Amino acid sequence: MLAALPRFSQQINRVFTWVVVALFGVWIVGNILSAPEQFVSVLLLGITLGAIYALVALGYTLVYGIIELINFAHGDVFMLGTMVTITVASGWLGLDGSQAWYITIPLVLVTLLAAMAFCGGLNVAIERIAYRPLRNAPKLAPLITAIGMSFLLQNVGAAIWGFNERPLTSTGESIFPANTLFSVGGVPYRAKSLIVVLITIPVLLALVYLVRNTKPGKAMRAVAQDMDASRMMGIDVDRTIAFTFALGGALAGAAGLLFVMFQTSTRFDLGFQLGLYAFTAAVLGGIGNLTGAALGALVIGLIQAFNEGLSWHTPGSDWTESIIFAILILVLVFRPQGLLGEATADRA
Amino acid sequence: MMERLGLGDAWSRVPAPVRRALLPAVVFVLLIFYPSYYSDITSAIGTNSVEAQLVPTVPTMVIMTVYVIMALGLNVVVGYAGLLDLGYVAFYAAGAYIAGWFATQQFSPHNVHIVSVGVPSSIQGLHFNVWLLLIVACVFAALFGIVIGLPTLRLRGDYLAIVTLGFGEIVPQAVNNGDNWFGHNITNGPNGLTPIDALGFGSLHNEIGFLPSAYYDVTNAVSYYYWTGLALVIFTLFCCIRIRDSRLGRAWVAIREDEIAAAAMGVPLMRTKTWAYAIGAFFGGGAGCFYAIYKSSTFPGDFSLNISITVLCMVILGGMGNVWGVCLGGAVLSYLNYQGLEAVGNNFNNVAGTSFNVPQYTYGIFGLIIVVMMLLRPQGLIPGQRRKVELELGVEGGSLYDASA
Repeated sequence: MLAALPRFSQQINRVFTWVVVALFGVWIVGNILSAPEQFVSVLLLGITLGAIYALVALGYTLVYGIIELINFAHGDVFMLGTMVTITVASGWLGLDGSQAWYITIPLVLVTLLAAMAFCGGLNVAIERIAYRPLRNAPKLAPLITAIGMSFLLQNVGAAIWGFNERPLTSTGESIFPANTLFSVGGVPYRAKSLIVVLITIPVLLALVYLVRNTKPGKAMRAVAQDMDASRMMGIDVDRTIAFTFALGGALAGAAGLLFVMFQTSTRFDLGFQLGLYAFTAAVLGGIGNLTGAALGALVIGLIQAFNEGLSWHTPGSDWTESIIFAILILVLVFRPQGLLGEATADRA
Repeated sequence: MMERLGLGDAWSRVPAPVRRALLPAVVFVLLIFYPSYYSDITSAIGTNSVEAQLVPTVPTMVIMTVYVIMALGLNVVVGYAGLLDLGYVAFYAAGAYIAGWFATQQFSPHNVHIVSVGVPSSIQGLHFNVWLLLIVACVFAALFGIVIGLPTLRLRGDYLAIVTLGFGEIVPQAVNNGDNWFGHNITNGPNGLTPIDALGFGSLHNEIGFLPSAYYDVTNAVSYYYWTGLALVIFTLFCCIRIRDSRLGRAWVAIREDEIAAAAMGVPLMRTKTWAYAIGAFFGGGAGCFYAIYKSSTFPGDFSLNISITVLCMVILGGMGNVWGVCLGGAVLSYLNYQGLEAVGNNFNNVAGTSFNVPQYTYGIFGLIIVVMMLLRPQGLIPGQRRKVELELGVEGGSLYDASA
């Protein structure tokens, strides 16, 4: 259908893209000039947010890559990850930020594993119960089911952990020591921000290695390309899809831990919107593309931080949601293959 | 049933249109007189008893009509044309704000009255005739649907869903921030627009005494709103059925079943899909406008994603593509949403001696309904014949059609 579009509309697309990019550049430069220190501190915040979004976005992109399903419930799996983190870290292990680093760090890693295992298992269960029976149904059926699942998970979270905002610890502190590493323009950069990036990068590298160089990864790529052909080649398609959901869930669990450690509180309904941001990131990067998802997440994190933190001609936090969804719509309409995706006719 | 009564012969001699219209006609006659026998039902059960809470009150019935209209509108988009729209609430908001702008004191230094009923000309602001506004709201929402649809409708099914979801989130936020659009207060932000002029018939009251000059003049205003809503439902139903059987309706079904084949047969894809959007939005806007007038206010908080999902849930529960199923789904779920779940919860707590707060979990229950329906009975409670065949064949014999292709 793309081919049927008149040529001039593609030229309009190109001009439009450059105008948007140029305006964005002017806005960034204007902000750097008007308040350089503020810009750097906002930049650091954006990188932290982007790292968290990246972990969630990868879950979307993995699942979409393999069964072409927008897993709306993914954001809520992430939310349950934040809740499990609260229960394990501050409830069972009693972390409250006052312990020494050699106690905190191993216990945080234990919590990380617990959250990853929980969310991975949950995601597999969701796939088994809700998506697998619909694999051959019309494509909108699993999509609608995913929306229903999302609402269901939100209410499960609310039923267990309550409808109110949940602080990570009773003192309102993070479980991670609130040490200030350095300050930019009076805004401290804390250890808890650094740990987000320090955990995200190895996880991303491990994931890329797993998908590119291991046998399960190869099976995933094969199933993503052609489910029937890979079944004929002896790949257990169901298991491979379940494995993909497990991976995506585990990443969401890790993101949940990092998010709640960074923000120090969570809510039962915060997963859906954050999930949509992450999905936007995945689309922006080119859905199905791992590097693209990470890059898109970084861009979305930066845009959110810029919009909420900068002051020179900035719409402000009232408009964050609209801006991110506008990006989503513009990317889907004008460049559905995303920043790094390949242009395929059936994507649009 | 008729055969068992020994009426088989006589019944089959009744003309087919009459036979088909009989059940709906009986239901509608019963519905028209609902306000008059509502109190009889509750007093038969026991006024003020917990069980009597289960009987839908007349205000609940008004809301049910609103949601039935919306569900019928969304059914045009999702059920007929097979386009998943997750931002339907945007059209609802468009309709509600048409009422909010043109029948309140929002733009109060200006003082424009155009055939307004029941509003003294001393009250400032824009006051258009509310009946006219209902039509304007429908048309405005339809245009809005076209504006949203034109750039997005060439996207694939699931991408279209997410784009509409995006619009459904942007519109309420834009409305919420609308108290300062470049320094102008357009929507009054989170405080909303209130009071909105009531419906009424103005001087027509002098000729036909039954019609109040303004609904707030009469003690049973709610009943009048209910009858108005019911009339709108009947109008919507009529339109939906007629459009379904028209050339356009058959084109939608063709697109839904196989887009490429439909295009090859000469169905203009974009125009047909845009019409589906516009007509779906038309009814969404009308429902929004009517609801805003009924509760005399409109707030950005009324337009959350939850509404879109609830309406989608109604369409799925009732049966995508079947107007009667969708009416049933809309009525049942809006009843549950506004009264039923609380009443059921109270009854349960009363019997079991527990204290569950059931309405808190409304959307979880709706989510569960969606999941269970999609897994066990994807064709809905009252399936459309054609849709049923599609779903059954689609599941067993590979993809008969691909809604997203």
